[in-house]
Amino acid sequence: MIQTLAFYIFASLVIASAVMVIMSRNPVHSVLWLIVAFFNAAGLMVLVGAEFIAMLLVIVYVGAVAVLFLFVVMMLDIDFAELRAGFVKNFPLGLAIALVLLAEMVMGLGAYKAGGMQLGTPDGTAAAAVGASNIKAIGALLYSKYLFLFESAGIILLVAMIGAIVLTHRQRGDTRGQVISRQVARRPEEATVNTQPEVGKGVQL
Amino acid sequence: MTEFFQSWGLPYEWAWGIATVAGILLIALPLMLAVAMVIYAERRMWAAFALRRGPNVVGPFGLLQSFADGLKVMLQETIIPSAANKGIFLIAPIITFTVALMAWAVIPFNSGAVLADINVGLLYVLAISSLGVYGVVMAGWASNSKYPFFSAMRAAAQMISYEVSIGFILICVVLWAGTFNMNEIVKAQQGALFGVLNGFAFIPLLFPMWVLFLISSMAETARTPFDLTEAESELVAGYQTEYSSMAFALYWLGEYANVLLMCTLNAVLFWGGWLPPVDWAPLYLVPGVVWLLLKTFVFFFIFAWVKATVPRFRYDQLMRLGWKIFLPLSLIFVVLVSGWLMFTRYGVAA
Repeated sequence: MIQTLAFYIFASLVIASAVMVIMSRNPVHSVLWLIVAFFNAAGLMVLVGAEFIAMLLVIVYVGAVAVLFLFVVMMLDIDFAELRAGFVKNFPLGLAIALVLLAEMVMGLGAYKAGGMQLGTPDGTAAAAVGASNIKAIGALLYSKYLFLFESAGIILLVAMIGAIVLTHRQRGDTRGQVISRQVARRPEEATVNTQPEVGKGVQL
Repeated sequence: MTEFFQSWGLPYEWAWGIATVAGILLIALPLMLAVAMVIYAERRMWAAFALRRGPNVVGPFGLLQSFADGLKVMLQETIIPSAANKGIFLIAPIITFTVALMAWAVIPFNSGAVLADINVGLLYVLAISSLGVYGVVMAGWASNSKYPFFSAMRAAAQMISYEVSIGFILICVVLWAGTFNMNEIVKAQQGALFGVLNGFAFIPLLFPMWVLFLISSMAETARTPFDLTEAESELVAGYQTEYSSMAFALYWLGEYANVLLMCTLNAVLFWGGWLPPVDWAPLYLVPGVVWLLLKTFVFFFIFAWVKATVPRFRYDQLMRLGWKIFLPLSLIFVVLVSGWLMFTRYGVAA
């Protein structure tokens, strides 16, 4: 009973907040609704017994990605009238994307029902390895069978990260950068001079 | 506890529901009391560090000072700035406070005395602590004022930066313990060094990680020397500038609940949690909760000590420390720890 109740609460909250992401006029509110949607999706993951995925969803999407979204949206000076003006122009594109997503969802569900891939059976009986916790099962698979894919995914991400840094980092000649080690190594004797100037005369440095 | 309520003849669902609510109250109410007392204790300690008297008027030794402050704050008027985004402005402190309480669900207070004994306990703590930034960011934006907004930007960057290295530090602990379950992590620390000392911090390879974790936990809770989010000389009171009355009090309670949580995590992850420091039978006669509270208070004293003596960092120094020192160091230690474990515990595959 608790599971059913929890499922309907999480599911309806996901859908409601997803609708609010689109409907709310303020982009900051949109991002905050998106966070609610992520959070409830994590709740659904807990219900199917994938607690590791649920925690990753919260850590990665809510904890990192959504914060960056929020950052960007807060910093931007957004003209709401201009945002809504392009609705008619972009409508066909939006419709096309929606149709593609719908088709993908139908195909995915169909493939899952047909049991074509050996990832798990539709009734959920073979979903998890018996007697092993979520993390152990995923780890055993990732670091043995899918080791190559896993490592190459890591390398691709590293390359992307370094690429982004290289593209955005530019050395400007006119800035005075700080050398921390020099700041730390500096002693009072080198920085200050005690003088006793005669009255009426200035100090020559 | 569910079995206890089931023995009253309740069906499982009801027994579970009542047991969970009772468990939450059993943690949250003492926690609130602890926060009140800890604020008083910290003010007394700062006073002692600065050769002042500190709060000593309300009640015996000033013990009731926090309650007097609470009452005062409750009677004040809640002011909402006219240009503020009302809904988010009011939700933000509630989020900070709720998130600060949520993480306590997986803290083991004694062998098996956990509200939620889940497999991914440590990940849950990470997930919840990454939510903490939203209360601050939402407050900064919704206040519609310059200082809170600067503070929110600083807080977001600071918390994200230090969460990365905290993640790597926790990976070292998880590697050594072999589990994410908090209770199992504590049990794995029994006799960690030569079968005598209980606690991962006694292991030479993990001790530096504990030092990094202690400093990172100060940065994560935005305490001095890393309290740039509320640097009063630059930002008035940071994201709390526009808040008054209970909303302000919620931030205070949330902040101290977070500080206590970080102290408890230090104790649980590195100093053996509810285990006595030395693996010696008579010490086990003392209840585990007492050991945990003692350790937590020692770390709280360290936090107060640092706050009373260390001057505030500059913002670029803070970022440099997080990204250029802590991140590479913790990354190196992940490699070192896993390499050491492969050689000594699991054996190198041929």
